Amino acid sequence: MTKAISVSGLHKSFGRTHALAGLDLTVEAGEVHGFLGPNGAGKSTAIRVLLGLLRPDSGAARLLGRDPWRDAVELHRRIAYVPGDVTLWRNLSGGEVIDLYGRLRGSGRLDGARRAELIERFELDPTKKGRTYSKGNRQKVALVAAFAADVDLLVLDEPTSGLDPLMEEVFQSCVEEARDRGRTVLLSSHILSEVEALCDRISIVRKGRTVESGSLAQLRHLTRTSVTAELAGPPDSLAHLPGVHGFDVRGARVKFQVDTDKLDAVLRSLTASGVRSLTSTPPTLEELFLRHYTDEVAS
Amino acid sequence: MTLAGTAVPARSGPLAGTGVLTRLALRRDRLTLPVWALVTGGLVASGAGSLGGLYSTAAERAGLAASMTANSSMRALYGPVFGDSLGGLVAWRFGTFGAVLAAVASLIVVVRHTREEEETGRQEMLSAGAVGRRAPLTAALLTALVLNTAVALLVTAGLAGQGAAGALALGLAIGGTGMVFAATAALAAQFTESARLAKGLSAAVLGLAFALRAAGDSGRADGDSVLTWLSPVGWAEHVRAFAGERWWVLLLILAAALAQTAAAYVLTARRDVGASFFPTRPGPAEGRLATAGALAWRLQRGTLLGWSLGFLLGGLVFGGMAEGAAGIVGDNERAREIFERMGGQSALTDAFLATMASLLGMLAALYAVGSVLRAHGEETSGRAEPLLAGSLGRLRWAAGHLVIAFGGSALILLLGGLGLTLAYGHEPGPVLGAALVQLPAVWTLAGLAVLLWGAAPKTATAAWGAAGLCLALGWIGPALDLPQTVLDASPFGHLPRLPGPDVVWTPVLVLTALAAALTAAGLAGLRRRDIGG
Repeated sequence: MTKAISVSGLHKSFGRTHALAGLDLTVEAGEVHGFLGPNGAGKSTAIRVLLGLLRPDSGAARLLGRDPWRDAVELHRRIAYVPGDVTLWRNLSGGEVIDLYGRLRGSGRLDGARRAELIERFELDPTKKGRTYSKGNRQKVALVAAFAADVDLLVLDEPTSGLDPLMEEVFQSCVEEARDRGRTVLLSSHILSEVEALCDRISIVRKGRTVESGSLAQLRHLTRTSVTAELAGPPDSLAHLPGVHGFDVRGARVKFQVDTDKLDAVLRSLTASGVRSLTSTPPTLEELFLRHYTDEVAS
Repeated sequence: MTLAGTAVPARSGPLAGTGVLTRLALRRDRLTLPVWALVTGGLVASGAGSLGGLYSTAAERAGLAASMTANSSMRALYGPVFGDSLGGLVAWRFGTFGAVLAAVASLIVVVRHTREEEETGRQEMLSAGAVGRRAPLTAALLTALVLNTAVALLVTAGLAGQGAAGALALGLAIGGTGMVFAATAALAAQFTESARLAKGLSAAVLGLAFALRAAGDSGRADGDSVLTWLSPVGWAEHVRAFAGERWWVLLLILAAALAQTAAAYVLTARRDVGASFFPTRPGPAEGRLATAGALAWRLQRGTLLGWSLGFLLGGLVFGGMAEGAAGIVGDNERAREIFERMGGQSALTDAFLATMASLLGMLAALYAVGSVLRAHGEETSGRAEPLLAGSLGRLRWAAGHLVIAFGGSALILLLGGLGLTLAYGHEPGPVLGAALVQLPAVWTLAGLAVLLWGAAPKTATAAWGAAGLCLALGWIGPALDLPQTVLDASPFGHLPRLPGPDVVWTPVLVLTALAAALTAAGLAGLRRRDIGG
């Protein structure tokens, strides 16, 4: 597979703020790639660099095999973008704006049937003026414009903020259809169910740097499993085993988390104490993200 | 003109997408552009009819030309009279006015389609399309070019009866000045992250250019002062439409527009979208703002500081010119005669000071209206909503902005008056009074803005039109041959002229009461209506 996006060692500072401090990102062609990180981690800055809106201080970035700053215009014919906060012109209708974005790609008018279908699915009234749309409806204007476009890459920066749950579902099916047509999607999102449902692979950024990248299954492997057990005997030196965290004893009951790659050794030690009952929960996506969002990550 | 026209194949390179963006700008401004063009071009073109009615014989026109050239305050406002044909008088009376109006319209249009798009974040999605780095700036300048071409055509067509060459020269001078300031705005938009500041910077350049021209023309009667040659507004009169046209001056105008455009082009392709060459500094980590008044002050203090400096400088410049300028009459024998008849140097000095104070007053009205409408902007942008959802009453919120609008306009007039007084150096009381006596009229317009905003918020921006109309009536009104009732519509026309012998205080009191009534009615409307866009 060729790479739709390949970024390495990207740096970008605004005055004394280092928005990007060596960011790496690889997105394979045809995949839906989740782009995650806490607020202010540098996601939107990275996306703006990829769109050629910002010039990086250093580092390499290739988009569809080309330079996002130098070849911006050519690249943008093959890209659709949805920002997290869509602002519209007060006196232009939603329909006008959708067609404007289509025409700005230089590929002539949008496919009329596809445009009409999307407007219907997103339940958007295209005749209203920009000032009268609610937050969610402004997002829909940008989403219809993006999904109606015949492009290779969709760059979506928190695209569903303000959408209701029904529209969230429509959005997810649109992304799946895009993948089925062989398009690449870069999806920045805080909605974990959305990420879990859609993304083939994810990258987590923090403080301008990529801290984790891979498929969800791979990332789960790097995290901790929660274990609750009732034991026949004393828990011995369980608390001091490598990979055990947050150890808590109440009578015969022990609760702890264990690094998933140390699970085997810890369970052996556990059974040595005599297990009466055992529950083990694989890490939820939330825990996975919380750990990456809050821990000081060793590089 | 619709956006759904046939697709233009976008080229690649830094100008790709210019066509689509230009059409977007024309579509967005489908109402404002024709209004600006018709008002600017129409007013200038109508000058032939109105001046022709007022001064129908050659003798009357020669008399007007002589008396105007002898009068330093008239030279400051309009420049010297270069030719006493009807066309020459139109170029004299309306030329500077038309050029300034075209410049204001152009700078607003260019900032609106460049920095404002970046500030609102809309440019980001546009630039994610196949849009070259110089396309947004090019589209904005093309839009300004459409506007200024329309103005030039209207002027040329409307005055062609007075001589085709003169009409074309005046049209090109006015439209060309518009393009010079369009390019100034294009350059200013590269340096600030705020559209408001970009407009302010370009307007300050325009104000400086006007002051240079006014100072140059009041200091010399023949119109060839170095100061007027330094001013782009002065170039428009140096074209000398209907008075032996100097076509080469148009090249100067063209060069100024192109040089600034080139500089803006170099800068715009080098910077990040949304960024500027004066980046925003970080603010304090902890805030002390605790009241609606403090917030309003925080939001408006920068604008007030700019106006304060401008008024102080303007006052100093005009005050410094007052005495000497009034004695400059030129070599014309007839002008000398008229000069003596008008009361000689001391009466003309008083008239000059009164005229300049009146000009400051009409400009202060623009500040006051803008300051009142900041509250309107806070409301339509949605920023007022969370404030009013707190324990803040509507009146106290509004009062925060209105105190600055009313107090700020008093402050800038005081500073303008101080400038006049300090630089002129005689009769300090009457000179300071000349500036301060403008306040009731300024407040009346501010009160009108409060009324429109409070009672009918959709029409609030019409207050700009009212303030602009007063400025137009004060500047060119007497030449328009309008019925007295129309001229009386401007509150400035009723004010006593200071310094001067007979001062009537009744209009001052009436206008103050009117301002209070308008404000009260507006606030009453604000209390009962819906909040929102």
